Amino acid sequence: MKAAGINPAADALIRVQGVNKTFLLGDEPVHALNNIGLSIQAGEYLSVMGPSGSGKSTLLNMLGLLDVPDNGQYWLNGADTVPMSEEQRAVYRRSHIGFVFQSYHLIPRLSASENIELPLILAGIAPAERKRRLAPVIERLGLGSRAGHLPNQLSGGQRQRVAIGRAIIMKPRLLLADEPTGNLDSQSGAEVVQLLEELNADGITLIVVTHDADLGRRASRRIRMVDGVIVSDDRTSSSDAQSRTDQSDAP
Amino acid sequence: MIRTRDQLNFSIRALLRQRFRTLMQLIAMSIGVLAVVLLTGLGEGARQYVLGEFSVLGKDILIMLPGRKETSGGMPPMTGEGTRDITLQDAQSLLRLPEVERIAPLVVGNAEISRGARSRETLVLGTNNAFFDIRHIQLARGQILPDLPLDQPSPVCVIGTTLKQELFAAEPALGQWVGIDTYRCRVIGILADTGTGLGMNMSEALIMPVASSMQLFNTEGVFRVMIDVRSAMGMGVLSRQIEDIMRERHDGQLDVTLITPDSLLKAFDSILSVLTFAIAGIGAISLFVAGVLIMNMTLITVSQRTAEIGLLKALGASSREVRQLFVTEAVMLSLFGALLGTLLAEILLWLVRMQYPEIPFAAPLWATAAAGAIAVGCGFLFSWIPASRAAHMAPVTALQHQNGK
Ligand SMILES: Nc1ncnc2c1ncn2[C@@H]1O[C@H](COP(=O)(O)OP(=O)(O)O)[C@@H](O)[C@H]1O
Ligand SMILES: [Mg+2]
Repeated sequence: MKAAGINPAADALIRVQGVNKTFLLGDEPVHALNNIGLSIQAGEYLSVMGPSGSGKSTLLNMLGLLDVPDNGQYWLNGADTVPMSEEQRAVYRRSHIGFVFQSYHLIPRLSASENIELPLILAGIAPAERKRRLAPVIERLGLGSRAGHLPNQLSGGQRQRVAIGRAIIMKPRLLLADEPTGNLDSQSGAEVVQLLEELNADGITLIVVTHDADLGRRASRRIRMVDGVIVSDDRTSSSDAQSRTDQSDAP
Repeated sequence: MIRTRDQLNFSIRALLRQRFRTLMQLIAMSIGVLAVVLLTGLGEGARQYVLGEFSVLGKDILIMLPGRKETSGGMPPMTGEGTRDITLQDAQSLLRLPEVERIAPLVVGNAEISRGARSRETLVLGTNNAFFDIRHIQLARGQILPDLPLDQPSPVCVIGTTLKQELFAAEPALGQWVGIDTYRCRVIGILADTGTGLGMNMSEALIMPVASSMQLFNTEGVFRVMIDVRSAMGMGVLSRQIEDIMRERHDGQLDVTLITPDSLLKAFDSILSVLTFAIAGIGAISLFVAGVLIMNMTLITVSQRTAEIGLLKALGASSREVRQLFVTEAVMLSLFGALLGTLLAEILLWLVRMQYPEIPFAAPLWATAAAGAIAVGCGFLFSWIPASRAAHMAPVTALQHQNGK
């Protein structure tokens, strides 16, 4: 199974080889990522599961260029990212990667639509063009009437949808979600998952870190981590994936 | 790259969000600027006032007073305690010098002026016809003292407006007699309202021929001799010539002092300039303190908004952009503070001017500009350090900040 990760297809969106990351917890070194190898094709739907502290978030941060590995290699979209400068990584994050966090990370003084607009502002896109791009995203998120509300006037599910809107407004190829339903009740959680899966169906590569076994099982490819090591990497055949989608629509 | 307008918008909203912090910084900055502008305005007003008082004399005037004082450095003496009087003959003899155009001797004293039942103790100046021209004294009515030989007394006088008001009220004064102690004189002129000059309030003064005043005060010597020079060039040479004459007349002893208003002016000017700078310095220190306050506040903001910094970085903001956001905030704040402080200072100066219209209290442009520049400079510099710290934080570390909370 590990062999599948190390032997990447040439056109893989993500290619990780021999990546290590060690943190110091006090004097104790913690091997958060231990010789990770992984290859992900564009359009895949991955879930990452494992016990707390197994390195899931560290892996996701590394894939999202929020953190750099101590050693090893990481190609994103054909570009070797490890030697990049922080400024270059910023450009990559902006244009290729969308993030969804467990705790939303919305800016409290900005309205829902302004939070979604933020990446466009940071990219220096003109106001007219921003408006043009914003409208369909807000509609898709089903926020309509709530677009002008501040985050603290929104429910958890609505906040997470705003965060997803912000993650996809730049049309990234890769969407990373770290326990996106962790703070939500099951109803809003299901809605958020449905939204993420719809985006994946439209072609975005989706990686979800989760504690929730039911959610994890929905992905067509499931990675399990223990102590910084990928211990399993299961794929469901496309027909299984299809039946999974049917199930979700059933109730 | 984020657009300038968006960046300003973002910063303004951040400032509005933290109203208390923003208000505190705004107050600190505006007090600093207020101090600089207000204090230099007051100092400069005082300086201009003193300069204005001296400029009444004109540049090509020499003043001779009895007594010898070393004038090198520091202030020339204002009062003479001469060993020997300067007599009218001494004064007259100066006219021998071709460079001396006119002279005006001056005798000063206090006397009781009376008219009928009214009387008042006031300043009496004994001088001559030339004095009016040298001091640029205007008349409201009547005429100035007649052109008499210096040693010839005459029972005439010119009075100031306040004195006229007190003695005559609304009645005409010209041609009327007034009593000066045991003396009498006829009013031939009334001064225009020129206010004060050289510490003498002319509107309350009575001016009479010098010979008459010397009889009145029973004195042989004059208080001052004003020497009107043909050209301001060669003042030094002329001073020496005058000193030679006086030495010759006073048995080889030089017992007079010659001063130029220019030297007085310079002495005063340098003192007052130092004062203005010192005051401006105090203001600058308060500005600096305001700058340090901004630094602390920016530090607090940065740690409060660490998660936001992480988020912005996760969304693709570069370190430079993050730093710019915080610096913009601080600079905007100090700019508003500077504007507010300048406005308040100008209002206060205006109020002071209303109260003391004769003193031109106004902040010089350089002080206002410097205060504004220092304010913005401090805001920039002191926010740069914490903002850079924020900018260089790794995105994960910054993001986890809030998770940890
Ligand atoms: N910034 C950090 N400093 C020190 N230790 C860290 C840091 N981030 C993660 N770790 C450690 O690395 C390990 C993996 O963490 P993480 O990836 O967050 O696990 P998970 O998301 O699977 O719960 C844990 O032991 C955690 O304590
Ligand atoms: Mg985690």
